[in-house]
Amino acid sequence: MYSKAYLVPNPPMPNRGVSIDPNLCVGCQQCMEVCRGDVMVPNPVKGKPPVVMYPDECWFCGACKFHCPVGALTVVYPLNQRIGFKRKETGEYYRIGMKNPPPPCTTPPAA
Amino acid sequence: MKKAGQGALVAGAGMSLPESALASTNAAHAAEDRQPWPYPVAYGKENVVEADIVILGGGAAGCHAAINAAKRGANVVVVEKGALIRSGCSGGGVDHWHGVLTHPTAKVTPDEMMETIHRLGYKYLFQEYGNGITNYILFNESYDALCDCEKWGVNVRDTKDEFKGAEYRDDVTKLMFAYDYDGKHVVRVKGGADIKLAYFNEMQRLGIKIYDRIMATSLLTEDGKQGNRVIGATGLHTRTGEFYIFKSKATIISTSGPDGLWFYSAELRGASTHGDPNNCGDSISIGWRAGAELALMERVPIGSGGGFGYPTYGSGNASNTYACCNIVDSNGKEVPWVDRDGKPMQTVSQRYHAAPGQKIFWSGHQTSREIAGPALSPDLPDRIRKGEFKLPLYADLAGMPPLERRAIWGLMIYHESKTRIIFETYQKAGFDADKDMLQVMVMPADQYTYTPWGEGFGPRQWKGGFVGGGLLFDWDMRTSLEGLYVAGESNYAGGDHALAATTGRYAGRTSAAYAKTVKLLPVDRGQIEAEKARIYAPVSRTEGLGWNEVRAGMARIMQDYCGESKTKEILELGLYWLKSIKENEFANIHARNPHELWRTVECMSRMDCGEVILNASLNRKASCRALNFTRLDYPQDDPQEWQKLITLKLVNGEIKVGEKPLDYHLQAPYAPTYAENYRRHNRLSQS
Repeated sequence: MYSKAYLVPNPPMPNRGVSIDPNLCVGCQQCMEVCRGDVMVPNPVKGKPPVVMYPDECWFCGACKFHCPVGALTVVYPLNQRIGFKRKETGEYYRIGMKNPPPPCTTPPAA
Repeated sequence: MKKAGQGALVAGAGMSLPESALASTNAAHAAEDRQPWPYPVAYGKENVVEADIVILGGGAAGCHAAINAAKRGANVVVVEKGALIRSGCSGGGVDHWHGVLTHPTAKVTPDEMMETIHRLGYKYLFQEYGNGITNYILFNESYDALCDCEKWGVNVRDTKDEFKGAEYRDDVTKLMFAYDYDGKHVVRVKGGADIKLAYFNEMQRLGIKIYDRIMATSLLTEDGKQGNRVIGATGLHTRTGEFYIFKSKATIISTSGPDGLWFYSAELRGASTHGDPNNCGDSISIGWRAGAELALMERVPIGSGGGFGYPTYGSGNASNTYACCNIVDSNGKEVPWVDRDGKPMQTVSQRYHAAPGQKIFWSGHQTSREIAGPALSPDLPDRIRKGEFKLPLYADLAGMPPLERRAIWGLMIYHESKTRIIFETYQKAGFDADKDMLQVMVMPADQYTYTPWGEGFGPRQWKGGFVGGGLLFDWDMRTSLEGLYVAGESNYAGGDHALAATTGRYAGRTSAAYAKTVKLLPVDRGQIEAEKARIYAPVSRTEGLGWNEVRAGMARIMQDYCGESKTKEILELGLYWLKSIKENEFANIHARNPHELWRTVECMSRMDCGEVILNASLNRKASCRALNFTRLDYPQDDPQEWQKLITLKLVNGEIKVGEKPLDYHLQAPYAPTYAENYRRHNRLSQS
């Protein structure tokens, strides 16, 4: 019913940096190879996603996400880096990372 | 080893320790049967690479240098501690390109701009665009460097006509300008998000050899002597710990400037750090140990180095990437914009235009009215305190005219460094620039001055940012050491992307010309052995302090002894502390793998930077507002006899202090004019 207890050091801060969806990942390691901080290391199991070993060294540049051929990566801003925004017409206040966000905006960038 | 309960391995959360670990009192340093390092480790194993030109640092400056040297027939190698394809400050992108004065509809020529700068008295530096030499290179070559980027695949112009009708868009050239729509000297870089890809691809096409994951650690000199001609460099592989010996005819150092000397916070690094966290002052450390002359090391960047912020440009802002965005309070009341004389402006458009009779303006901290531009009302902090404007403030993107809004959100925010992630993450979270206003972070009232709010504010002890001091250089972008050239922020006068690109391409040409006149020389074994002893000391022990605690400790020393309260006694105490740390804690650092060794060797660079800065600070016996340098014991601001460059270098291991006139580059042995010096040294007409 409860999780098993382990003797481990505190989790790093930030905890994650990026997260990799193991169902999408094909184990190509491109994310790992383009990371400036080398924050990911190969998974001991071949073909599985790299392990985010140093999230406290992540720069949140997104290079890993951009180079993933299958879109398996999400950059996760830590909780202390999530700002709010206000809908002008309604005055409603939202914030990055809230539970029931408004529908996503799909406007493409100027590229 | 025992794995975590389920799912993929996650650092920290699931690495369990076998029972033998309990025997050690330091949980982080226990047991041989932890998970082994996943790369083959070979500390000390030597690899030798030869090239005509070795470039240390593969950011914007290093890439432009490499490409231009290769085009002149040089065999080029680039050494990069990260992955060149995305490394450096521009690895996350770039949204604007400064100093573009030679494009078809420019209003001011390079010579006119230089004359203006001189007349207005920017003695030490002009913003972050350097000294006279780098300014002149920038103004003359910025447009050409941008055109190069276009050839390499960066789609800068509005060829799809998406921005047709925008004031900032030139209908003939289809260039889009930022900040100053009349002076037209800053170009918006559409496509900047992937600019490093364009550099990488061009370098591949030219056969330039890129050595990723190798941190440059020292220069090799003729006969191994400090101050002699530079004949190569050494490197440390960040995954395997192997040693690299690069032999070169000419070396270019382009490893940016030191970030994070005054602070180290795992809580706040990363997302709210603007500069590449790998930038730790390697050029200063490496150049210093080889005997190169450094200048302006006492300069303190304006503002804090990083701090209690949100992802850079990931919160509401009024300047820079968000230039002249509407700012409203929580009741929707608009904060006024004023012209350079403090007069409120009536329209959004006016914020992007020069004053009547004004040819050009530069945003940022202008000390001169002639080139000052519009700004958010400077009494905003007072009006917040008095309750007229209610916090939090918001960047009212929804209220901006559509083409200005689109320029900010979608063009600048997307292509500027690290903002593509902001664009994608925030839109996924429901943020719609057509409907929404982005919150400005809540700060103490005095912080709401017209400076980029996007990097947060920090404690006053935290100094940092882009521009401090660095290597002294001449009209060839050559340092005081023969064979060593400098490009980008590593030069003493700093710079941004356009400055990196232009000084890079220039140094690529000049170093290539020099390389044709010299041969490779054998390396000195004694110098190699000394360097190996220096960098492998942390893995010659089996336990000790971690690099991060030592880094935080050194930052503490800089905060206390190299902050606002500078006196001779304080600065000397700072040097005592650093020396003492070197003898004690530093001599007991233990790196548990090549990655930690890499970070530890970066601490060595930071240590050298700290020493140099403290020594430089001791030797400027006057305050200098232009350098953001204050001394309690010498409070007079920039007296005449101190208007010069203070330089330092090592000679046989001893510090030698020197000086140079501020306009050394217009005095003998150089010509008295910029145009003549540029003509003599630029190497443009040679292939």
